Amino acid sequence: MATTALPGRGYLEDDTPTVWSWVKAWLLTVDHKRIAILYLLSINFFFLLGGLAATVVRIELVTPQGDLLSSDLYNRAFTLHGIIMVFFFLIPVIPAVLGNFLVPLMIGARDLAFPRLNLLSWYLYMAGGIFALSAAVFGGVDTGWTFYTPFSSTYANSNVILTIAGAFIMGFSSIATGLNFIVTIHTMRAPGMTWFRLPLFIWASYATSLIIVLATPVVGITLLLLAIERLWGVGIFDPALGGDPVLFQHLFWFYSHPAVYIMILPGFGVISELIATFSRRRIFGYEFIAFSSMAIALLGFLVWGHHMFVSSQSVYAGLVFSFITMLVAIPSAIKVFNWTATLYKGSISYRTPMLYALGFIGLFVIGGLTGIFLGVVAIDIHVTDTYFVVAHFHYVMVGGTIMAYLGGLHFWWPKMTGRMYNEVWGGISALVIFVGFNMTFFPQFVLGYLGMPRRYHVYPQEFQVLHVLSSSGATVLAIGFIVPIIYLMFSLWKGKPAGNNPWEATGLEWQVSSPPPTHNFTRIPVVTSEAYAFPPEAAERDAASWRPGSPL
Amino acid sequence: MATTTQTTSAHHGDHGHAAHGPELQHHFETPAQQKEAATLGMWAFLVTEVMLFGGIFLAYAVYRWAFPDVWAEAAHHLNTPLGTVNTVVLLVSSLTVALAVNAAEHGRRTRLLQLLGVTLVLGVAFLGIKAFEYSEKFAHCAGYKTPIAWATGGELLGEQECLVPGRAFAFPAEHGAATEEHASTNKTPHQLFYLLYFIATGLHAVHMLIGLTIVSILTFLAWRGFFTPTYFTPVEIGGLYWHLIDVVWVFLFPLFYLVH
Repeated sequence: MATTALPGRGYLEDDTPTVWSWVKAWLLTVDHKRIAILYLLSINFFFLLGGLAATVVRIELVTPQGDLLSSDLYNRAFTLHGIIMVFFFLIPVIPAVLGNFLVPLMIGARDLAFPRLNLLSWYLYMAGGIFALSAAVFGGVDTGWTFYTPFSSTYANSNVILTIAGAFIMGFSSIATGLNFIVTIHTMRAPGMTWFRLPLFIWASYATSLIIVLATPVVGITLLLLAIERLWGVGIFDPALGGDPVLFQHLFWFYSHPAVYIMILPGFGVISELIATFSRRRIFGYEFIAFSSMAIALLGFLVWGHHMFVSSQSVYAGLVFSFITMLVAIPSAIKVFNWTATLYKGSISYRTPMLYALGFIGLFVIGGLTGIFLGVVAIDIHVTDTYFVVAHFHYVMVGGTIMAYLGGLHFWWPKMTGRMYNEVWGGISALVIFVGFNMTFFPQFVLGYLGMPRRYHVYPQEFQVLHVLSSSGATVLAIGFIVPIIYLMFSLWKGKPAGNNPWEATGLEWQVSSPPPTHNFTRIPVVTSEAYAFPPEAAERDAASWRPGSPL
Repeated sequence: MATTTQTTSAHHGDHGHAAHGPELQHHFETPAQQKEAATLGMWAFLVTEVMLFGGIFLAYAVYRWAFPDVWAEAAHHLNTPLGTVNTVVLLVSSLTVALAVNAAEHGRRTRLLQLLGVTLVLGVAFLGIKAFEYSEKFAHCAGYKTPIAWATGGELLGEQECLVPGRAFAFPAEHGAATEEHASTNKTPHQLFYLLYFIATGLHAVHMLIGLTIVSILTFLAWRGFFTPTYFTPVEIGGLYWHLIDVVWVFLFPLFYLVH
């Protein structure tokens, strides 16, 4: 390493003489913080693309007739939305952006265990993204994000191979990140940073990484088998040639159900950090929150069959899967109850990250409880492939993962950039997102229960009111997503300098300068206390010194 | 509670790497920590490999359960003697890799080079035999008895047989499966057996190629005297990868060749 910056210098500072060397210093960096910034820019770009596809879908659904898109084009629009959002946004977003930035800082390490593998994971992500985007440019893909056979094998005339190549490559990017986190958390904790002193975000990232490492290879081989079937016309999933299309669903959901926990678990980790910091209290039931992440990771592997209640699965298998699905509610509820117990008698301040955290709890409760509805075989059969399912998973993924991501991004923005964002605009956009989100997706529960099927671009007249409500909510939601982009960018030039610890939070990442130095810690810290060691009287002291308008 | 801490400033102040060898990367505190990270990383990676092959094993289990007779019949048409030879070749290569790690640990450079060399030869031999088995199947599809006959235009195959999955697939009828026709076509589950055979052994062969690349690099590094008794982690984790490839084959061999 001949050209490293001075170890004590902020990671964003450059002394590169030419533009080319500046580009090299970013694109060939092995610094986990710079890689997190690369991920931040590219993942948000994909989020906007996926949002664009959703916009097209919502505009089409304003009227009952198919007047904007043909049915075929509509299939391609929602497939593009699903594939980009699931594979290129929701799965990587929190681990790759916040996790990459924070895991070494939070445990007192100078970098992830394998920095070059970390950089490779970003290139794999970009390569996968280019494959998926080129599939869209060359006419798109119409199978839905699930690639069910025979839609994707016998009956598709769209760019299935290009798209699954993108998802396949992106899978290796996930694996690289997950593997890096597991090894880093096991081997690189600072002296005194025992397992039960780890911030809960680390526990959540660890559980997520276990799922990534165990589940992603399975979807890899599944997509490979699908590609082989499509390229050579050999029928591993084709009943005409002796194969079994349901086998594809089993293999696919063996990954893709745990994958929804890849999306939400890191979100839980972020929320634990936010709730503790903005209540100024030691988190309630630390061990329970930590182990509930592990329990969700474990149970997540045993419930894939609940996606297949109507796919010729045996009734008894359905019952068992239904029962285990209910069990997932226990660790999830443990988290929610522990967060609310942490809030109790806390010194709560409604800063932007906290608004997102509280929004998360409310939306996740709705998303989680409707998940229990869907886990009951009888109800699930009634609402299978309706907007009820669509509303449910958007409550968990948008209301859960995106709220947590935005909350975490605002919380750590001062650490990442050294600047404060505008708190007023932050609060407004958090509320706009909350309102817009509920306006968009709550009507979809009703639509689905009344029988509106998903993935249809025409619908009976009587559903129009609810669809228009949903589409107008999507407009509000879009505004809520665009405003933060503006004020966060603005803060890079005009934001107040943040100082090392603007939130008076605990945690090692707040002890270094903002932005952190390239090597994180000039002296590796020695940890002598638990996470969230707010002094017991912190809440009382805050209450005593409270004045109208004082934020903390 | 706390133990010693090391400051980066001292670390970078004298950059002669006096306190530790040049192989210690800057973000690690001690060589032991670096080695632990590398080893754990490789084990975690091996887990992903197991899950990758796991998908194929699941497909195998499902279809064997669905078509037990077809499976027993189809397995007769694989070249079991060559498969057995290959198993022995691969197991011996695992032994040489294990001995190579031992040689590296004791700093015996010549022995390390010899053992890695033997491993390379065995690995290439395995792939050669595998390639012959594959080409036998393709030669049958082309209508010749052996790959050599195919290349030289020699002896033709008497009956119609094509065990390569695809439109031309034809399973010979003498074992009584599809008696109404001359041969079973790709409409029968026989094809699934060979499809899984080609996918599983093909994926295994790809891993062999990666393994051979790794062993080649290790041989080059050993030749340059890169490894010392205190630093031979690459040999160790490269060896772990090689053993995994062997273990996968140990499962593939009985599942495809020995099911009767």
